[in-house]
Amino acid sequence: MSLQFIVDGLLTGSMIGLGAIGVTLTYSILRFSNFAHGDFMAWGTYATLAVVSAIGATFGKVAPIAPLSFGWPLIVALVIGMAFTALLALLLDKVLFSRLRSQGQAIIVVMASFGASMALRSLLEFIFTSRPTYFSRAIQIAMPVGFGIRITPDQIALLLLTAILVLGVHLLMTRTQTGRSMQALSQNAALARVVGIDVAKVVRVTWIVGGALACVAGVMIGILVQIRPFMGFDMLLPMFAAAILGGIGSIPGAVLGGLIIGLAEAGAVQLIGAEWRAAVSFIILMAVLFVRPIGLFGVRER
Amino acid sequence: MIDLVGYGAFFLTTALIFSLVTLGLNLQWGLTGLFNVGLAGFVAIGAYTSALLTTPDDAARLGGFGLPLLVGWLGAMIVGGLAAALTGMATLRLRSDYLAITTFGVAVVVQLVALNAQKLTGGPFGIGFIPRPFGSLAETPLLFNLSNLAVVSAVTLIAYLALEHLSRSPWGRVLKALREDERAAISLGKSARFYRVQAFAVGGAIMALAGALQAHFTGFIAPDNYLPILTFQVWVMLIVGGSGSNLGAVIGSILVWAIWAGSGTLTSVLFPPEQQARAASLQIVAIGVMLCVILLIRPNGLFGDRPRRPRFGKRPKLAAAKSSSSS
Repeated sequence: MSLQFIVDGLLTGSMIGLGAIGVTLTYSILRFSNFAHGDFMAWGTYATLAVVSAIGATFGKVAPIAPLSFGWPLIVALVIGMAFTALLALLLDKVLFSRLRSQGQAIIVVMASFGASMALRSLLEFIFTSRPTYFSRAIQIAMPVGFGIRITPDQIALLLLTAILVLGVHLLMTRTQTGRSMQALSQNAALARVVGIDVAKVVRVTWIVGGALACVAGVMIGILVQIRPFMGFDMLLPMFAAAILGGIGSIPGAVLGGLIIGLAEAGAVQLIGAEWRAAVSFIILMAVLFVRPIGLFGVRER
Repeated sequence: MIDLVGYGAFFLTTALIFSLVTLGLNLQWGLTGLFNVGLAGFVAIGAYTSALLTTPDDAARLGGFGLPLLVGWLGAMIVGGLAAALTGMATLRLRSDYLAITTFGVAVVVQLVALNAQKLTGGPFGIGFIPRPFGSLAETPLLFNLSNLAVVSAVTLIAYLALEHLSRSPWGRVLKALREDERAAISLGKSARFYRVQAFAVGGAIMALAGALQAHFTGFIAPDNYLPILTFQVWVMLIVGGSGSNLGAVIGSILVWAIWAGSGTLTSVLFPPEQQARAASLQIVAIGVMLCVILLIRPNGLFGDRPRRPRFGKRPKLAAAKSSSSS
């Protein structure tokens, strides 16, 4: 078995982990599992792609930054895409989720997110068709780094970006007042309201963080694999599994869960074949639910 | 004229098969409050089980056991029910969202098995030559469609009457009690988990039966028949009809299927062939928006009986939410 699966697994794991942060935040703060999260990913990616093409049309062809396959347009577009996805999440919350939440039946919100997911994905298919596209068709040469492992410059850059983002979110959650309010609301909503935490603001920050990270995860998939309307929906099961494995509400847990599932998937691809890859997250999910339903870093619900 | 009757029979048969799935979902969600977003998986399990049991021997895959139709249907119900019971046992002691996520996973895995386990399911090409009731009448489509309609109507009617009876029986009353006020029901000595697993299993068995009926009606199944879109359609049918009402489930199914088939015909007339796929996705957008709008403005659907009473433990939280949103 070649050790290459470590690099592949870490990359898949980063995509899953970044998405799972949003899932776990929505679940712990807004108390529902958001089936539309994968489609935030796809919408963010297509928005980024649209901005890249718009920049290409205005400034002509831009040379990529030395070893990478992309240049500054993608970086600018990613930032715009993140803002767009955050706005999309806020909008969906405003027109749909917040209204249903106030009716008090959590599971209705889950159902609405399922309907919204279907509508969002089909709308992407309508606008961009279901044909896969790419940010760049250039082929990168993977450099050997020893132990039979090869890695491309893009992959190194994206792993670094993931590490920076995860660290950033971790600092936001633990070192700022907003982050502490978010934790308070997820641990005890009633008490958090009593001490005067601005619930509406916490909800906004939750959607902004979740949406922006979903966009990054989607763009990573776009750079390393391909862009399709179904790209986010296919990530849904791994993201849920990662969030539950890590323990609902725990950001380090979501990232670690993502990495574990990514590595397991990459290992399974080598051992039993790529066609069974999607079953890996299901098996891990079932194992967690049977053995330790609160996950690695979870706390028992009050 | 004859064509129109034939098409009507064909349309109703499909709609009634959907009704059967919706009835199963109504038992799980409407009566018991269990959220199943992977029902396409259970329908697929039923279809493949029955197909395996009843098709003639095929060297390329396991079986083809050539058993009678009724054995196939019974087998479908047993396997579907067992799969649902297992799913329920794994998740029903946990939060309701975990059941949703797990059923979603079941559908993904069933889809994977259908696509990749060639020896069992025939892979992407599916299974053909599934025996059809009244297959000898296939020469005269009208008679064939009408006789199939009769069979499917009979099965749906039996399921409907059985479910009506069940929901009024002591068993059904326990389920309703659990849905409305879990603590009170538990304090009366009812095991919430046990009853819920039963309801989930019976619902799964009904869905599997519907899958089997569909397989024997069309004579051919493939993994593409059981995509998440099927789950979505059935949910819309139940919500439109009104969750909790069996009559609503049947009428909602026929109504939504009429809208679906009608808008499908309309797009195929209005759009040029190369734009068909795009128009079809717009159709899904419309139905998805419809689901959200119904949830927002008329959550009880046409015939729903679900009282909009907050659950026992939720009341303080709801009041808090209201006061904070009004301030």
